[in-house]
Amino acid sequence: MFTSRCAIFSAALLSAMMTDASLAETPNLGKPIDETAIAAWDISILPDGAGLPKGSGTPAQGAVVYADKCALCHGDNGKGGSAAALVSDREIAGISAAQKTIKNFWPYSTTIFDFIRRAMPFQTPRSLTDDEVYALTAYILAENKLIGANDMMNAQTLPKVKMPNRENFIIRFPDRI
Amino acid sequence: MANARHRNARGQTLEAAAGNGLIDRRALLGRGMVFAGAMGAGIGPSSAAAGAEPLADDPWSMEVGDPMPLYQVPSKFETKVARTLSNPNHEPRNSHARTPHHLLEGTTTPNGLHFAINHAGVPNIDPEKHRLVIHGLVKRPLEFTLETLSRYPMISRVSFVECGGNSAPMFSPEPMQETVQALHGLASCAEWTGLKLSTLLEETGIDPSAKWFIAEGADSPRLSRSVPMKKALDDAMIALYQNGERIMPGNGYPMRLLLPGYEGNMNVKFLRRIKLVDQPAMSMYEARTYSQILPNGKAYRFYFLQEVKSFITSPSHGMMLKGPGLQEISGIAYSGTGRVEKVMVSADGGQSWAQAALQEPVLSKAFTRFRMPWRWDGGPATLLSRAWDEAGNVQPTRAEFVAARGELTKPAPVLTFPNQHYNSITSWGVASNGEVKHVYV
Repeated sequence: MFTSRCAIFSAALLSAMMTDASLAETPNLGKPIDETAIAAWDISILPDGAGLPKGSGTPAQGAVVYADKCALCHGDNGKGGSAAALVSDREIAGISAAQKTIKNFWPYSTTIFDFIRRAMPFQTPRSLTDDEVYALTAYILAENKLIGANDMMNAQTLPKVKMPNRENFIIRFPDRI
Repeated sequence: MANARHRNARGQTLEAAAGNGLIDRRALLGRGMVFAGAMGAGIGPSSAAAGAEPLADDPWSMEVGDPMPLYQVPSKFETKVARTLSNPNHEPRNSHARTPHHLLEGTTTPNGLHFAINHAGVPNIDPEKHRLVIHGLVKRPLEFTLETLSRYPMISRVSFVECGGNSAPMFSPEPMQETVQALHGLASCAEWTGLKLSTLLEETGIDPSAKWFIAEGADSPRLSRSVPMKKALDDAMIALYQNGERIMPGNGYPMRLLLPGYEGNMNVKFLRRIKLVDQPAMSMYEARTYSQILPNGKAYRFYFLQEVKSFITSPSHGMMLKGPGLQEISGIAYSGTGRVEKVMVSADGGQSWAQAALQEPVLSKAFTRFRMPWRWDGGPATLLSRAWDEAGNVQPTRAEFVAARGELTKPAPVLTFPNQHYNSITSWGVASNGEVKHVYV
């Protein structure tokens, strides 16, 4: 009994050493970097709110930013222009992607914040402050009647916004996840 | 018809394999001369010889040619072999460049003709300054340069990349009168060389709670997608080379994520950051754009896979057959799950089918060229191809596909993306005058 346990232990030790050996065999040319040094690039937001920055904004504050920086392409009050409408009461009818709106399709409110912060405005992305991004997100949600006209959005309130279509998705190939 | 036999110029037998002139593929395999001879027999070699002009030397045979360029480009007579652009004036929106399948042969897409979609132009990335960071749920975050990555052991694999929205015009309720380039041009195939992502993850270490990784580009929209760790540890690559040279700017220079068989958008270009996480980010491209509305009002999420598919590239819409006789039907087949097992071709709208010859090598998750000898009798014909992959998946008929995924109530503009992941059969109608048009069967 002792012998076989010893053998198992030795095998485990050997396998651990081999793992170390194989680690040592990769070129190991990566330069260690702290998460703090990555912070400026790490703009990922998860649907549970992880990654949301400090700051806040209200629909009223967002309306001002929107008129200044977004309406040119997305139209007055988010009704659409050369770029997609952001505010709509349309129900989904048929299978066309043109049917998708933030209200009837987008499952997570955090996606709105994430996309504005990483990619908008189109010509000058990453030029908005986090407060402005929260305000714009609040404005779009309020215009779509998904939050109240005076609701403030911040890292705590935003992930809690209930998006109507959230439970309406089917994972196509669950075994690939 | 099924028993019809024809003899070619060398007296060899060409056996009918299916209706309306399809000939057994073995007439092609390893015996190119059989087909060449047969072609002569079809159009009558003696009468053609009688009409030939006496040969004379042309000017280019009488003078010294041009100096050789440092980097050569195709002949000036080939300028029509080009991509089509959805946003030629560089308006502030995304832009697409489609591969001209009908003007190409074989399975490798030349780099200049590889399809590309960019969401805010093509970034000008200085390869000396570009960085790739891997962080999040790892044991130690690491930063890599192009130079350091170039010192890793390389692997090459031939892989197709296909936009999840390729073939979207096929959701229209009537056949869009468009070329194979407009219909299926958002798929291409290249040899990609780089590193296995798993090699770098061995160095960073993986926290057991990591279930997904977020891949992000250095382009101005910082395009980001979530990918299951399963794919990272399977065949995901960081590609540095495309068909032997550095990746083209529009295809992700200086490095891109390559996820063989997965929808193009996930193969994040200009790759600068990989973050291991415990849940998908639900970025706009996964939560909205690449989720597909179904007929019952629900939507697919995380489709990922580009399923088994084929289409005939020649003859195809917009071409004109020169005359009756032996022709070759040629096309492309591929599957995101593995190798193409077989391709069946019909010349009579799907009433009868014959097995096409597959050009070797048949590679996993790569374009496979299929060929089918066909004797066109000058009457109406409807050409279809249907592929099977090694996992047993079969390309659905249009009726099967529409039953499962629906179709639009009216045609959508050809450059729009009303839905995605269309992999059903494409049909080309040949009229008696030789004109080839897109039809539905």
